[in-house]
Amino acid sequence: MNTKIRKNVFSILKNALAWIFSLIMLIPLALIVLNAFKSQSEAAAMSLKLPTEWVFSNFSTVIEKGKLLTSFLNSMRYSLSATVLTVILAAMAAYVFSRRKGKKNSALYMYMVLGIVIPINYVALMKVMQVTHLNNSGIGIILLYCAVQMPFMVFLIYGFVGKIPVELDEAAVMDGCGPIRLFFIIILPMLKPAVITAAVLCFLNTWNEFVMPLYFLNSSEKWPMTLAVYNFFGQFEKSWNLVCADILLTCLPVIIMYLICQKYIVGGQTAGAVKG
Amino acid sequence: MKKSKIYPWYFAAGALLIYTLLYVLPGIIGIGYSFTDWSSYSQEIHFVGLDNFKQVFNANENYVKYIGNTILFTVITTVLKTGLALVFAIALSKKIKFKNFHRGIMYMPSVLSVLIIGLLFTAILNPKTGLLNEFFRFIGMGSMTQKWLTDPKIAFFSVMAVDVWRGTGYIMTILIAGILAISDTYYEAAGIDGANGWQKFVKITLPLLRPTLAVTIVLNVLYGLKVFDIVYALTNGGPGHVTEVMYTAVFKQFSQGMYAVGTSVSSVMFVFMVAIGFFMIRILMKGEVQE
Repeated sequence: MNTKIRKNVFSILKNALAWIFSLIMLIPLALIVLNAFKSQSEAAAMSLKLPTEWVFSNFSTVIEKGKLLTSFLNSMRYSLSATVLTVILAAMAAYVFSRRKGKKNSALYMYMVLGIVIPINYVALMKVMQVTHLNNSGIGIILLYCAVQMPFMVFLIYGFVGKIPVELDEAAVMDGCGPIRLFFIIILPMLKPAVITAAVLCFLNTWNEFVMPLYFLNSSEKWPMTLAVYNFFGQFEKSWNLVCADILLTCLPVIIMYLICQKYIVGGQTAGAVKG
Repeated sequence: MKKSKIYPWYFAAGALLIYTLLYVLPGIIGIGYSFTDWSSYSQEIHFVGLDNFKQVFNANENYVKYIGNTILFTVITTVLKTGLALVFAIALSKKIKFKNFHRGIMYMPSVLSVLIIGLLFTAILNPKTGLLNEFFRFIGMGSMTQKWLTDPKIAFFSVMAVDVWRGTGYIMTILIAGILAISDTYYEAAGIDGANGWQKFVKITLPLLRPTLAVTIVLNVLYGLKVFDIVYALTNGGPGHVTEVMYTAVFKQFSQGMYAVGTSVSSVMFVFMVAIGFFMIRILMKGEVQE
């Protein structure tokens, strides 16, 4: 009897704790949503009160004044291109690193994944960007995103390649399959879960990036959404309703992506880290 | 069939090339530049030996303090995130109602842009109108209200707290996967032997979770040492320099045109991180081969 009561108390405590912390996580997000629909004077307090009048025009104002359409298309272009390029190159590299053995190979793999650890030297990077004429260009920012994401993505996919039996490659080669066909037709489809996880993470990370564009894209027409929000905040610091509307629109793509791909984010990433 | 033919090196060439050119090369060039007086104010670049490093490690300059801040940030956020994430992971890994809902919500802040989280929390932590102080006034604890981001005594802790809010769910998710990977038979056997919940946690969960915990700690430490976005968005190093970390200091030198000093601080970090990097990567790999 006594243990039963204790168990119940424990369970209630556990549930209460979970709800309290979920609320702590949710309240700031709710704050954005609620205030995005308020008038300027009402939003000034940034409170959790419901708007007395729902102002939907905030969004059209923001889209127009914040040039959100341009920055949305920029973000899409940068993130999608960087994601596709990174994931394909990372998968190809991870595949070769995993299949080949020997000292030279493991040294190269180590060199690649060391990028997870080492910090970027932005000052010298600026110099490299200028010399290679990649500064202030869309292609430059896409390649930069690739360089930054590459080490972790290689690391992530590498773990999965090892699970695909080598016998499969051998059989394909026996049947006269060349290396390129072998990889794209046989290996890549088998890597699908890892590749999707890598792609989702890569997209989320590049969508949220703002330091790179801040320093390597000078003209505001080239800015992605995160940077546009920051700039917008600078101009309309007093209009929290507009800032919130802007934030909401910027976060919407990643939140939608997260809700759809949740199982890949959690599943794939943790499989890389803890494989059960 | 030779391995070199089935798995040709040119497959890895694209990844290696982009990574080397835009990631490793700047790091190495940066080390070279840190021995010069490179800045936006002069056309020529002169060799100055160790002058920049002398400045960086000079006790009269603030850099030693920024290094200290960076380490303090890393240690405190790592401990808090790991501790909280472990509690949440244990609560949400076993029988509990709405566990997927809770897990989803906890992870949510990790998918948002750090910059946006920073903007949002400048509003929440606003001393006059911010939600946090309003909350304290509402529950009648007006004495708890603080100037969260502008009081030099607590600003840095506020930044850390926001970062813990943001990052705990991510660590929790990894730990949940680690806990779920532990076979139930251990717990059943322990239950038969009369072990209570605490004993099961200490004798089974913790030891078997060690590789996963090591991975999360490495991820937290790496993040902490390289932290920039959250500090930049919340305080940008202020008030004064109390929340300044290494990366914000680098960027300040950078935007003031003091390139050589900026790259010197960066290079110190680069060499330090490469040195501990092998060790850290090995822990990550070990966590990975745990089958």
